Amino acid sequence: MSAERLLTSSLRELAAALAEGRTRAEALADAALERAQALQERLNAFITLTPEAARAAARAADERRRAGNVSLLSGIPLAHKDLFCTRGVRTTAASRMLAEFVPPYDAFVVERLADAGAVSIGKTNLDEFAMGSANEHSHFGPCRNPWDTSRIAGGSSGGSAAAVAAGIVPVATGTDTGGSVRQPAAMCGVTGIKPSYGRVSRYGIIAYASSLDQAGVIARSAEDCALALTAIEGFDPRDSTSLDRPSEDHAAALAAADGQLDGLRLGLPREFFAAEGLDADVRSAVEAAARTYESLGARLVEVSLPRAELAIPAYYVIAPAEASSNLARYDGVRYGYRAPDYADLDDMYRKTRAQGFGDEVKRRILVGTYVLSHGYYDAYYLQAQKLRRLIAEDYRQAFDSCDLILAPTAPTTAWRLGEKGQDPVQEYLQDIYTIGANLAGLPALSHPCGFDSAGLPIGCQLIGPYLAETRLLLAAHAFQGKTDWHRQLPPL
Amino acid sequence: MPAIDLDRIAELARIELTPDSAAAFRADLQRVLALVDRLQAVDTTGVAPMSHPLDLPQRLREDVVTEADQRDALLALAPTAENGLYLVPQVIE
Repeated sequence: MSAERLLTSSLRELAAALAEGRTRAEALADAALERAQALQERLNAFITLTPEAARAAARAADERRRAGNVSLLSGIPLAHKDLFCTRGVRTTAASRMLAEFVPPYDAFVVERLADAGAVSIGKTNLDEFAMGSANEHSHFGPCRNPWDTSRIAGGSSGGSAAAVAAGIVPVATGTDTGGSVRQPAAMCGVTGIKPSYGRVSRYGIIAYASSLDQAGVIARSAEDCALALTAIEGFDPRDSTSLDRPSEDHAAALAAADGQLDGLRLGLPREFFAAEGLDADVRSAVEAAARTYESLGARLVEVSLPRAELAIPAYYVIAPAEASSNLARYDGVRYGYRAPDYADLDDMYRKTRAQGFGDEVKRRILVGTYVLSHGYYDAYYLQAQKLRRLIAEDYRQAFDSCDLILAPTAPTTAWRLGEKGQDPVQEYLQDIYTIGANLAGLPALSHPCGFDSAGLPIGCQLIGPYLAETRLLLAAHAFQGKTDWHRQLPPL
Repeated sequence: MPAIDLDRIAELARIELTPDSAAAFRADLQRVLALVDRLQAVDTTGVAPMSHPLDLPQRLREDVVTEADQRDALLALAPTAENGLYLVPQVIE
């Protein structure tokens, strides 16, 4: 099968081609690697490509198939965000601090997908330690958007979204602490899902803000997301937040669906559509998506999230506070970067962290240290946690009158690299529609729903009640059965 | 908003700031704190803080060793190690 076919094939089509002997895992891995290498200079979607390991894994998948040992993901090429630890393959978090770090173990998600026979071709670019909404804050340089390489890919999982959009791999992993799966998926015109908090084990994922972090997947369709998500869910005793309950076969639920959404109540939060800064093209594309859902049998209802505007300040207290604690471990002693010159132990810590972290990471550590420091803890951190409960309560009440919430994923399409300038707050404000789901622990996905006047993709977001991943995926799958926004390819 | 004692914050965070970068970080922190200060206006009397989306107690497990011994592999990651020990600058005179 040619690389061009890989570009547009669904996972089920690829699996059928493998099963019928029309292609082999090794040929798919070669095609993915070739395309990744050809586009690397233009997109910078990858931090590390692993051609030898990929070919070995692909040959093993071909061997196992000959022995009759296959799953749907056997031989499927994919890529991991470089925040997932990979045994023997450097895992950088896009930071100078971990530029040479080679983990001695695999993350749960990496292990699960490898066990299913999927073939990782490498590690994708991201904002350093997943802190950012553009993938501009990377020690390895910004990732670029396949639809317009002068623009951002979104963040923090920008490399994974760009790699899927560019047809390098059909699926890639991501993590979402404040929108880091959904927002780059929207910016790059692909589909991404952040499951409920606790659904997917974070074992082996480099921590950012532990009460918000969740692993997810990015693919070309809701169906492909369902297949990948089904493979990575499940209880893992090594993550204390992992839910001890049987995983659901989302993909089987989609296969059994009739493509209609009769009676599904979709809630449109009036505060989201009234928010300052919502681009007119984005608004009309999302409103058109709502009408498409209506034509599939869904009923549109207005709902209210009265404290929507406060999600940003609550998040930008809680996430930096947790980050300042999580990132205290990078001290130049046990692993990672150590400054070459220092006077004593304390000076070694200070210089190691000054040289090893980029500016956005330092900003968040400093903000987090401030809000946790004596005299400010109650006013900032405790107050933000109280707001968090009120925000979660708003979502719970909204779900009294709807089954899913429909909203834009981001207020604008992809901006130009460097456009947000030197004010970090301008980038933070872009997270308004995504961070509520993280604060409340809810599942949410983004799917393409159109293009703006500059030809840039627009994302529609669905947010569900706790553990309603199947409902989210069924809705997006029905939408994608009736539209072809998700089939559009960037002009590369 | 009170003035930020950036030197103290940087010391607590163990991040060395040069005089030039300190000015930029101070301005950034002022902007971020102006953003998050909107929280102060909300009445949260009687609201319990939410530290976590799962309102569940932490799981308990048997107090037994679950990790395999990987001492050599882990020490190999250190910038400097010797005789099974991490090396750091002298801390005791």
